[in-house]
Amino acid sequence: MQPEVMEIRQHLSRFAPFDVLSDELLDTVAENMDAAYFKAGSDILTRDAPVTELYYIRSGAVDIFRRSGALHNRLEEGDIFGHFSLLRNHRAHFPAKAIEDTLVYLIPEALFERLCAEDEQFADFVELDQPRLKSVVEKHADDARMMTTRVRKLITRPAVLVDATLSVQEAARQITDAHASAALVLAEPDDNPRHNVLAENGEPRRLLGIVTDSDFRRSVVAEGRGCDTPIGAIVAEHAFTVQSDEILQDAMLAMLRNNVKHMPVLHRRRPIGILHISDIIRHQTHTGLYLADRIFSQPNAEALAKLLPDVRESFVRLVEEGASAEMIGAALSTIGRGFTRRLLELAEAELGPPPVPYAFMALGSMARNEQTIVTDQDNALVLDDDFDPAQHDEYFLEMARRVSDGLAACGYTYCTGGIMATNPRWRQPLATWKTYFRDWLDNPTPERLLHSSIFFDLDAVCGEEIFVTQLKELIATEAPRRPLFLAAMARNASNRTPPLGFFRNFVMEKDGKKNNTINVKRRGTAPMVDLIRVHALAAGSTAQNSYDRLNDISQTDLLPSGVSERIRYALEFISMVRIRHQAIALQRDQPPGNSVQPENISSAERHNLKDAFQLLSDAQKFLQFRYPIPASRR
Amino acid sequence: MQAFFRAFKITPAMPLEEAPLVALDIETTGLDPRRHSIISIGVVPFDLDRILFSQRRQWLLKPRFPLEPRSVVLHHITDADLADAPDLNEALGDVLQAMAGRLPVVHYRSIERAFLESAIRFRLGESLVFPMIDTMELEARVHRQPLSARIRRWLGGGQLSLRLQDCRARYGLPGYPPHHAVIDALATAELFQAQIATRLGREARVGELWC
Repeated sequence: MQPEVMEIRQHLSRFAPFDVLSDELLDTVAENMDAAYFKAGSDILTRDAPVTELYYIRSGAVDIFRRSGALHNRLEEGDIFGHFSLLRNHRAHFPAKAIEDTLVYLIPEALFERLCAEDEQFADFVELDQPRLKSVVEKHADDARMMTTRVRKLITRPAVLVDATLSVQEAARQITDAHASAALVLAEPDDNPRHNVLAENGEPRRLLGIVTDSDFRRSVVAEGRGCDTPIGAIVAEHAFTVQSDEILQDAMLAMLRNNVKHMPVLHRRRPIGILHISDIIRHQTHTGLYLADRIFSQPNAEALAKLLPDVRESFVRLVEEGASAEMIGAALSTIGRGFTRRLLELAEAELGPPPVPYAFMALGSMARNEQTIVTDQDNALVLDDDFDPAQHDEYFLEMARRVSDGLAACGYTYCTGGIMATNPRWRQPLATWKTYFRDWLDNPTPERLLHSSIFFDLDAVCGEEIFVTQLKELIATEAPRRPLFLAAMARNASNRTPPLGFFRNFVMEKDGKKNNTINVKRRGTAPMVDLIRVHALAAGSTAQNSYDRLNDISQTDLLPSGVSERIRYALEFISMVRIRHQAIALQRDQPPGNSVQPENISSAERHNLKDAFQLLSDAQKFLQFRYPIPASRR
Repeated sequence: MQAFFRAFKITPAMPLEEAPLVALDIETTGLDPRRHSIISIGVVPFDLDRILFSQRRQWLLKPRFPLEPRSVVLHHITDADLADAPDLNEALGDVLQAMAGRLPVVHYRSIERAFLESAIRFRLGESLVFPMIDTMELEARVHRQPLSARIRRWLGGGQLSLRLQDCRARYGLPGYPPHHAVIDALATAELFQAQIATRLGREARVGELWC
């Protein structure tokens, strides 16, 4: 590599999709690009202008517009544009305008094509939105994260380089000034060129070793040596090094084999940073533990509540293991159902056998098997038609109260909308439940259904499963024949819209407004689940899980071909972002929630979230078109 | 040398947007052409639309005088690096060819002009004065104070610095590591594009800017 392009190369290597490139390709990009400056307010690409290169934003900010003139995206440092046109007709499909003074690097088309041809991940990234999301989700499913992460990805700052003749005091000062905890010690070059590295000035030096904070304690203070001891005297010679494009796993093995905690990272022969084993561990996977069995051995509600930390721990481990959102949702729902069932068992043990048969019904996310660590309880009781309130309701109220309080103690907060079996309205015989559903189906208005959509995700947790199955079949038979009902559900499913994307530390709304946080449930997973539910109802599916519903939907022609797959990837991706941020909060001892600050969203995550939001937005528009309000009722 | 001037078709009346330009940076061992020498030259051709970094050239040159420790620290170029470097005599033809037909743009012309002219006089026995655009001078002009006052203030650590990095920062341009000739040339080209886009306008005549 030519040393003068080092700085440009480093910049590129921090941003997707360049972060995945091999060092050789990265060098080629840095060496072969041009540059151009655009002042704030000037056009970079006008509509249909010829496009012959990939644009990389080195500094500044750029707005991308739709053909309609609406804002399509706001890009910032490290973002690219123009790839859409390069892959198609070489005309600017979306105009681009600098909204701040902007410096762009221009990567020639021939090189862009070479990157696409030689690096699959790069090609996936610049491909149209959906394949990119698909590849991201599939990659995650493969859990090849560890296998493909390169060492340089963990290098966040340059190594502090000190000369062996420097005093320990001066070396300590330089380490402190750099806010580092270690430095590489360089000495006069050796006859054996293999021992030598290239210093910042390109001069060959011998890499003597690493000094870390603890060396100053162990080899200076504890030994009573003076501040003017040369740093070279306290370095243990033998520096094992690792190349910046080596795979993380190999680097970790090398560290374990050599029993070292720090390793100098070289790019070719140039030291670029220091890798610490804890950096790797942060990326590493763990083995999980399974909790459901333990739930059934707990003797009482208090003991169950004590499992909360274990639930949280197993959630975090599942995330770290690289489990998919679908798997995590199923695991967490199994745990939630386990708690519910055990609480019912304990209630029956104390209250005696139920006076009439019942089904304890889960609603919402538990019914869909899509729970996360942040969830409230939504449940109901479906009782046998022999239920006589005067005789039996005392029993079922007490049962419901025990389950509800027990769940609350286990971290499943009470439903603020009162959708719980403790509410007499939702503790009714099967016949009454059938009346409820018929009423929703026959007399739908968006307002009436607004708080009822949760009842269309239902599943038996315990007791007479057949009661709930009958309700599911009622819905599956009737809903497809009720265009007004579907139209009302479709209308409600579009109430909560996704944002446009992200810009720096803000959430960009479609009208150009900026927000500081985004509720990924309300603006992402929930509306996605809502729209899947509408299609599933139209398809006559009895499935409750969103992914199962998508399978059923794809058997029909309700959605254009391929769309249900794309929705699946988008749901999986947004769910994973939500789950991952909940796991991060737990690891930091913060209460997990559904809100995410843009500064906590990585560059690659932003690109994919933006795609997923776009897909959600398009799918919501399609919903209005697919389930219009019937003309006679307008 | 004659070829160089034959290729130079730029007239004072030419609008800047039509002018082929070349950013030039010369790294030296010191400020005085009589005592110090050129150790590297970086050249990046460009115009107002595009900076052809991909067509950059850089030469490391063997100095006439031994390196001073201070310049080694500054440029990270050591005697060892320059042991196999060509003499300026050998490279000068290439340098002039790379610049041929283009108007040089430099940051702080005194250095580039003095060293280049002195080198040409010394090696080719010809005296050469060619027009240059100086982004530092333009920056000073933009801030409407005599250059001398600006430079005095700059040297005295005043508020408005005319150093390349500080000028760039005012246009939102990123910080580049200094003292690599070809990166400084790139930095100068970017700064010039920014000055034109922001303040001077593409229609300005070459003759208004060069000196």
